[in-house]
Amino acid sequence: MGRKRMVAMLLAGGEGKRLGVLTKDLAKPAVHFGGKYRIIDFTLSNCTHSGIDTIGVLTQYQPLVLNTYLGIGSPWGLDRRDGGMAILPPYVKQKGGMWYKGTANAIYQNMGFIDRYDPDYVLVISGDHIYTMDYELMLQEHEERGADVTIACIEVSLKEASRFGIMHVDDEGMITAFEEKPKVPTSNLASMGIYIFSWPVLQQYLIRDEANRSSSNDFGKDIIPAMLQDGVRLNSYTFKGYWKDVGTLESLWEANMDLLSEKPVLDLNDKNWRIYSVNPNRPAHYTAATAEVYDSLITEGCIVEGLVHRSVLFYGVQAGVESEVYESVIMPNVKIGKGARIYKAIIGENAIIADGVVIGDPSKETVTVIGSDEFVAANQSLQEVE
Amino acid sequence: MNSNILGVINLIHEADEMETLTASRCLATVPFGARYRLIDFMLSSMVNSGISKVAVFAQTKYRSLIDHLGSGKHWDLHHRQSGLFILPPVTDDVNEVRRGDLYHFYQHRDYFTRSSQEYVLVTRSHMICNIDFEEMLVSHKASGASITVICKRQNELLGGKARKVQVDDKGRITSMQDHYGRLNTDLISMEMYLMKKDLLLEIVDSSLAQGQDHLVRHAIMSRLDRLHVQSYIYEGYLGVVNTLTSYYQNSMQLLRPDVWKSLFFEPGPIYTKVKDEPPARYAEGAKTSNSLVANGCIIEGTVINSILFRGVHVRKGAVVRNSIIMQNGIVGEHSIVDHVILDKDVTVERSRELRGAEVSPFLATKRKVI
Repeated sequence: MGRKRMVAMLLAGGEGKRLGVLTKDLAKPAVHFGGKYRIIDFTLSNCTHSGIDTIGVLTQYQPLVLNTYLGIGSPWGLDRRDGGMAILPPYVKQKGGMWYKGTANAIYQNMGFIDRYDPDYVLVISGDHIYTMDYELMLQEHEERGADVTIACIEVSLKEASRFGIMHVDDEGMITAFEEKPKVPTSNLASMGIYIFSWPVLQQYLIRDEANRSSSNDFGKDIIPAMLQDGVRLNSYTFKGYWKDVGTLESLWEANMDLLSEKPVLDLNDKNWRIYSVNPNRPAHYTAATAEVYDSLITEGCIVEGLVHRSVLFYGVQAGVESEVYESVIMPNVKIGKGARIYKAIIGENAIIADGVVIGDPSKETVTVIGSDEFVAANQSLQEVE
Repeated sequence: MNSNILGVINLIHEADEMETLTASRCLATVPFGARYRLIDFMLSSMVNSGISKVAVFAQTKYRSLIDHLGSGKHWDLHHRQSGLFILPPVTDDVNEVRRGDLYHFYQHRDYFTRSSQEYVLVTRSHMICNIDFEEMLVSHKASGASITVICKRQNELLGGKARKVQVDDKGRITSMQDHYGRLNTDLISMEMYLMKKDLLLEIVDSSLAQGQDHLVRHAIMSRLDRLHVQSYIYEGYLGVVNTLTSYYQNSMQLLRPDVWKSLFFEPGPIYTKVKDEPPARYAEGAKTSNSLVANGCIIEGTVINSILFRGVHVRKGAVVRNSIIMQNGIVGEHSIVDHVILDKDVTVERSRELRGAEVSPFLATKRKVI
């Protein structure tokens, strides 16, 4: 087996509690996004476009749909003779196995996988962010600056900063301090949860962290602070572009809406940076003479007979005559009955909305969510489910 | 479970009057139905019927065929032992390419003898349908016929050309004529022939020995008195697509939701080469009515009664009416196209007006800038 310059480890075990009914039977990275994708498609496609051909996908929570979806990685060009994609669930060892205790522990338990490729660098990413990024550029900076660790950062507003891990950097961009979700942030440089480690350095810290019984075995909480304390060279790589954590229902809804503006920052039509996914086999979508569609994304396999405004329709959605859909995300194979109206909602896959049903309230700001496979009957109009 | 049928999609001398749509590609790879190629319908029907070994007999202009089919994995025909075989002519002399299809069967007899399947299904690529061949095999065995031919009762061929068939009261074919024949019948042949492999190989040898070299015209049509050739009636949607008029009119049939649902979903889905296009984007101010739109399209103007393939861009103020725009076509600002077929990568610049008629749509060749 050949050596690899960089191996990617993709953390995909997130439970996604804050996505409520959408992650009832589904790991967060497998949640549908953007009309035909699942969240994990973005990081996997980024890897492919960045020339990374060896990826370990660390799964834990509800892996069934995710594993089936990933298969052997063919849609992302990751079915390779040397390397390719490997799904790495927790496993039983001679002295008993255990669940992944934290993000760092998940990598620790798979050090054997990484060592098989004897890499110079390890890229640690997670499967719950929407962005397009060339990791090769980040690696170039990592090498140029002679760093041991490079953390991708993005500028956020000070108001939002308390939701993120916040970096303080010196004039050369080297990280001087790190605060996890500070109450009163004094910097607006947020960690994107994307790390490049020089492998020998990471290895050493993983072993040390594992030996520390009081550690929570987390990159943000334990590994990075320990490295900072020891004076390891931590570089910040400033990313400019679209990046969104879709960990909450509101942010998932927003990220879908972000795709709709006239010139969206995240351009799904970029021919040089296609987002790959498992393509469902559906014919082109049909819009009837009664249809009105604007400012929306419509995927193959849909039949639209009603009005769709500022919405994202996944494949196989049927929207009946005189139905109206506003500012909503309609996941695969949802059936919307005649005259039904949907305002600012996320409708889970295979749900059936009966004729005349009203979901959501145009006068309210909250996002209404209907779970997968639900049937909303005619006499049942939902303003708020969450 | 694997089928006992070996598939052959025979593109040898597959005649067409498709004008420039087949200038640089064979009939089998003419784009159809917003995201497919003609051959996808036959391949998908075979695969959905459990057929796991399919040969495509290529003859000319097959670069697009190889590009489209690749390893066959998009049709789940990428197997260890079976799968997809693209078989171009085996010849020392280019003149041999012109010979009849029986030569081709002869040259590729290894494909048949090396396969364990007992039956062979020989089809063409221009019959647009969705069909279960396993049912056909059951009927074939029950009738005790030597050869079963799929037929369809269809008076209106929308400009397509097909052989005419006459049957007796038990469904046995008594007469078969080319499309210009005078046979008074509403029954047409779908050019799908099911028979035992051994019979096919025998027909190939005996016909060639007699100086005959066309499978259907010589080996089958002229032996209807000696061979039991049975009809099997197909009830689903059929489009015979081998002329430009039939191409246009059958495409427009897809705008009927009943046709859309039956052709693309029943009894199985139609597969094609995957392209990673994003969902179609409708801008503010877009208008669409009675149209089929594939992924990757950007619609800023008006689209009525039309079919847009993947990656088509209809710019602001443009009007697309009764038209078929193939992959990556661009219709510029304030241009009007009506009864038009734009081949792949055609750009209509701003404020142009292109009009064709229903019986003779305006056809723009690949990569043209208008």
